Amino acid sequence: MIDHFDVGLVDWSRAQFALTAIYHWLFVPLTLGLSFIIAIMESIYVKTGDEFWKKTTKFWMTIFGINFAIGVATGIILEFQFGTNWSNYSWFVGDIFGAPLAIEGIMAFFLESTFIAVMFFGWDKVSKKFHLTATWLTAIGSNLSAIWILIANAWMQNPVGMHFNPDMARNEMQNFWEIILSTTAVYKFLHTITQAYVLSSIVVIGISAWYLLKNRNVLMAKKSIIIAAAFGLVASINMIGSGDNSARDVAKTQPLKFAGMEALYVGQEKAPLVAVGALSNKEQEEYRRKNFVFKIEIPSALSYMVYLSPDGFIPGIKDLIEGDKERGILSFREKVEKGTVAVEALKELKKSKGVDEGKYRRLKSNFEDQAWLGEYFRYFGYGYFRDQSPDVVIPNVSLLFYSFHLMVGLGFLFVIFLAAFLLLGVQNKLENKKWLLWLAILMVPLPYIASEAGWILAEVGRQPWVIQDILPTMAAVSKISTGSVQITFWMFVVVFTGLLIAELKIMFKQIKLGPNKGGH
Amino acid sequence: MSVIKKIFWFYVDGFRNMTLGRQLWIIILLKLFILFAILRLFFFPDFLKSRFKNDADRSDYVIEQITQTKSNNND
Repeated sequence: MIDHFDVGLVDWSRAQFALTAIYHWLFVPLTLGLSFIIAIMESIYVKTGDEFWKKTTKFWMTIFGINFAIGVATGIILEFQFGTNWSNYSWFVGDIFGAPLAIEGIMAFFLESTFIAVMFFGWDKVSKKFHLTATWLTAIGSNLSAIWILIANAWMQNPVGMHFNPDMARNEMQNFWEIILSTTAVYKFLHTITQAYVLSSIVVIGISAWYLLKNRNVLMAKKSIIIAAAFGLVASINMIGSGDNSARDVAKTQPLKFAGMEALYVGQEKAPLVAVGALSNKEQEEYRRKNFVFKIEIPSALSYMVYLSPDGFIPGIKDLIEGDKERGILSFREKVEKGTVAVEALKELKKSKGVDEGKYRRLKSNFEDQAWLGEYFRYFGYGYFRDQSPDVVIPNVSLLFYSFHLMVGLGFLFVIFLAAFLLLGVQNKLENKKWLLWLAILMVPLPYIASEAGWILAEVGRQPWVIQDILPTMAAVSKISTGSVQITFWMFVVVFTGLLIAELKIMFKQIKLGPNKGGH
Repeated sequence: MSVIKKIFWFYVDGFRNMTLGRQLWIIILLKLFILFAILRLFFFPDFLKSRFKNDADRSDYVIEQITQTKSNNND
């Protein structure tokens, strides 16, 4: 059934979306975290009345402003792509995707036109407390703004709280709270914002370390390191906690993604966690299996991670494809049969509308029956894969395995780094440790890499689905020319690279000028 | 002075006194121009809105697309 889809078009549309999302995400996390660091600094200024904190706040606010200005509206391009490249998807998800994005747009507009203006224009024009309130509201508002897009993304990973309207081929929001409070949405939001705070903290520490190496703005650098390290350390512990909960949620809602993250082909009880490993480039015939060239495992840790008990059974890719009746795991073929029933029901419903009223009503009643929806519509997307090899639903295991392990490894490194800098900063022992200051500068790109690895894991791990088990990515794409997608792909490469160069150039210039000579 | 006037002059003064901000605003405006006046207008039309008059036609098309089988596909 999927043979009529243009693979080239799908791949280019995916590449374009991935490019835009990755570039967009280079700008967002610094805004989310730096806004809170600034608010903390300004709170100290308001409390102590010390002009040093005002100067420090204003400097980091300038860095925030540069990042905000360059990054603002880069996410709008994703919305353009929904309407043009992914029209079937946009229509199919209906208001579930539209409503959160609309709320985000409205919030962003009011936030940007009011509170940020007070932040930048309001020094000495409004009272200290009013200015501080605006700074905190900017921080809270920008983080709340991020909630909505993350809820929409979480729904793609774990579609809940909706009702499918077969006449319109649209999903309609049935339970708003079920959508926004789904475990996937909650953990995704917490994990995403806490990693953004960690990233921002490491950027502040890196810039401050450069000042210490140059023996410039020493007091500002030392104080900034302490605040950023304390803020980042608290965030990093929460990041690990929310990441752990998120992994548990993935094991439940997207077991193939979870098996891929650990390259687990055959399920087992007391499943070990691969701490470090490398996969062979050679693919085995069975389920495109890749064996480990080497691995260091932590016994029973994977079972413990999911069940909080070392004995739990973790299904591997083979189990999830072949099924396991005893453990209640449906096979790929069983899901295909159920999905085919749902796809055929929708097709017949459309044919019978206005022609055979009895048949139409009977089919429509299926789409209103929760039991039928849970039994068949839940696997709607598998209906596209009849006559296909089960390999089609296995995500790219190598990419998942390395993205996951890189993200987790770097996450633990950040905790150690932030704890060390907080301790040494409080003890005033950083100034003469040049190697450590250089390390702090070299650390700056790492949270960006970890952050993008996390998104690759989330999005590539969901493949071949655009909405987990319900709509394959191939069916979501619009029938437009591949050439036009290629042209806009390269246009985005140019625009985004230009913006990134502009950001780095302006930011480096302001950092070199420092808090005394910089603009606003 | 009325509150509206105060807010108006607050923004006017803020924009007038900008230094680095001017450069950033140029980038923002240039970016918005590229996004909306070029990309949106010429490269990113709404696929379904530009091809169909109403939601009924759009839904018919999407149902046809997402239930299409190889045997009835003539593209």
